Amino acid sequence: MISKRHFLQASLSAAALVGASGFGNWGRLAAQQRLSQSDLLDQPTTGNVTLIHITDIHAQTQPIWFREPEINLGVGDAQGKPPHVSGAAFRDMFGIAQGSALDYALTYDDVVALGQTYGKICGLDRIATVVKHIKGDREDAIVLDGGDTWQGPLPALRTNGADMVRLFNALGTDAMTSHWEFTLGIDRVTEIVENELNFPFLGANIFDATWDEPAYESTQMFERGGTKVAVIGQAFPYLPIANPSHMFPDLSFGVRQERIQQVVNDARAAGAECVVLLSHNGFDVDRKVAQNVTGIDVILTGHTHDAIPEPVQVGDTFLIASGSHGKFVSRVDLDIRDGGMQGIEHRLIPIFSDVIAPDPEMAALVEDTRAPFKDEMAEVLGQTEDMLYRRGNFNGTWDDLICKALLQEREADIALSPGFRWGASVMPGQDITREDVFNATAMSYPNAYRSEMTGEMLHLILEDVADNLFNPDPYYQQGGDMVRVGGMGYRIDISQPQGSRITDMTLLKTGEAIAADKSYVVSGWASVNEGTEGPPIWDVVEAYIRNQGTVSVPENTTIAVVAG
Amino acid sequence: MKLTRRATILAAMGTAFVAVLPMRATAAADAAIADFTGGAAPGANGITLTAPEIAENGNTVPIEVSAPGATEIRVYAAGNPTPDVATFLFGPLAAAQMASTRIRLAGTQHVVAVAKMADGSFAEVRQEVKVTIGGCGG
Repeated sequence: MISKRHFLQASLSAAALVGASGFGNWGRLAAQQRLSQSDLLDQPTTGNVTLIHITDIHAQTQPIWFREPEINLGVGDAQGKPPHVSGAAFRDMFGIAQGSALDYALTYDDVVALGQTYGKICGLDRIATVVKHIKGDREDAIVLDGGDTWQGPLPALRTNGADMVRLFNALGTDAMTSHWEFTLGIDRVTEIVENELNFPFLGANIFDATWDEPAYESTQMFERGGTKVAVIGQAFPYLPIANPSHMFPDLSFGVRQERIQQVVNDARAAGAECVVLLSHNGFDVDRKVAQNVTGIDVILTGHTHDAIPEPVQVGDTFLIASGSHGKFVSRVDLDIRDGGMQGIEHRLIPIFSDVIAPDPEMAALVEDTRAPFKDEMAEVLGQTEDMLYRRGNFNGTWDDLICKALLQEREADIALSPGFRWGASVMPGQDITREDVFNATAMSYPNAYRSEMTGEMLHLILEDVADNLFNPDPYYQQGGDMVRVGGMGYRIDISQPQGSRITDMTLLKTGEAIAADKSYVVSGWASVNEGTEGPPIWDVVEAYIRNQGTVSVPENTTIAVVAG
Repeated sequence: MKLTRRATILAAMGTAFVAVLPMRATAAADAAIADFTGGAAPGANGITLTAPEIAENGNTVPIEVSAPGATEIRVYAAGNPTPDVATFLFGPLAAAQMASTRIRLAGTQHVVAVAKMADGSFAEVRQEVKVTIGGCGG
């Protein structure tokens, strides 16, 4: 067990701790093909309360490939701090050996080769094994889901999230918060929360827009280990801006820092000795919350899909980042007594699907949810020469492929694809199945529009999205990555203010500069506007892949980035 | 693509206003504030403004101002063509010197609240409220 004082004394103490608990040996053990489930899961149980954190699984129940970002730039106070570190710098910061199991799980640069050694990652049946193992150590461990659970692959799309609700009930979840859940529409969310969900759906910052009153429960109190732990839910603050507000017209969100402080104070007054914020704010927003709000012991972060192998301490608050897509589960042991949290021990457990045995009950349930769609999902559409992935601030090959499909199938000059951070990767030289396409595109507003926009408007859109990503104040950021662009190149200087970041916009097919007053044919998808028309994006992508047979998505060199 | 395009054009116009107007509009707000304070430099304590960092809808942005002991609070939208938004007067029997309303913002700009205290001094608070096109969240 580490006390807070130990954390304060030495910045390396956390690294030393995880090293001592077995992390450092994984690479060697795996290379010798001796990495075992007990290497990943066995550890002394400490303190008196255990939290299990899963977040941003995006309905991904299957073992998958997942490439971490190469470019993940931080601005303002976050520059160069986790999670804005990648590749070799990430290995150096956390003492991870190149070629080790953790290197494979946490960095991007050798993912194709290391994938052959370590195999696929994720799998909800493996996660169930981990949860059961931890509950074997501490029966009343609290299972917390950070949200973005009901949106994703084809079965979740077709069942309006019913598959994931069923599976997370079976997992023994104790509470959740939300973001993409609301893109199912408010009626479906209400139906699930009232009739299908076995646990609280928390959101301290979700308000009725008309009456300015809380719309959902803020807090769930847990009595565990002779103490009281308050779990406060914080939904994604910018849902009505980042996603279609017409799908949940009467709700208002926002960071609402004063509201967080108020519910923390209420929880303390109600006897909580430990306060946990189950958050979908995004990591940089949570860092600022930790600086400004007093009385939060632990923030279980979400939304920005970061995985960090150690807690990040801000004042007296510890931030935990547990990745996405079921790639990791965080185990957090807390020592709570004498009126407060005295110690915290954390382990980020990578879900190596070849090492952790599937839980038979969960495996059967998952199989059951997939059975009606199995043949449809398995259909091979073509092959890919290059790895298809999405994560990264400016481009990913999945979106480059989607933009190519939009340019060709919709006969456009320029294509736009949103900077989502969800979607599994596909290894080079492999088949692309329909399931793969839905993994990267399935959502409830998929229409691929075709429109005309002036150069001025295109510049405005790029500037707007860039400020959502690179505003130096995290409360003005929305998470997500830069909008992906096909058919047009540009230069971005992230240090400039809004309106001055984007220059040198060039139409690639002619090599000419984009003219402010000229109109261009633009195709894109995932518009937040009601009544957008066009075929669903997965049909556009499928048609393109079938026409190509084998797709090639070489490195994107059309965006010049100035940073630092 | 009727709606997509039209909505984007409208959003574009909103921001274009800001691009064109800020100097003049900010000057208009500064002049209005100076007129209210009689040129006195306002203090920074004793007044709070609660507003969203990013507006969910620029046409109706909820704000709340509070200044215990104030006799009058004025609210300005520094980037609007007409920056004067609201004046709240508090009589001696007012239980609390606070007010909330919804305002319309032409684009990203500062919302400014200035309170006149009972002793004749002034306090000012300002916050940037971003008005964005939206979309593309992860």
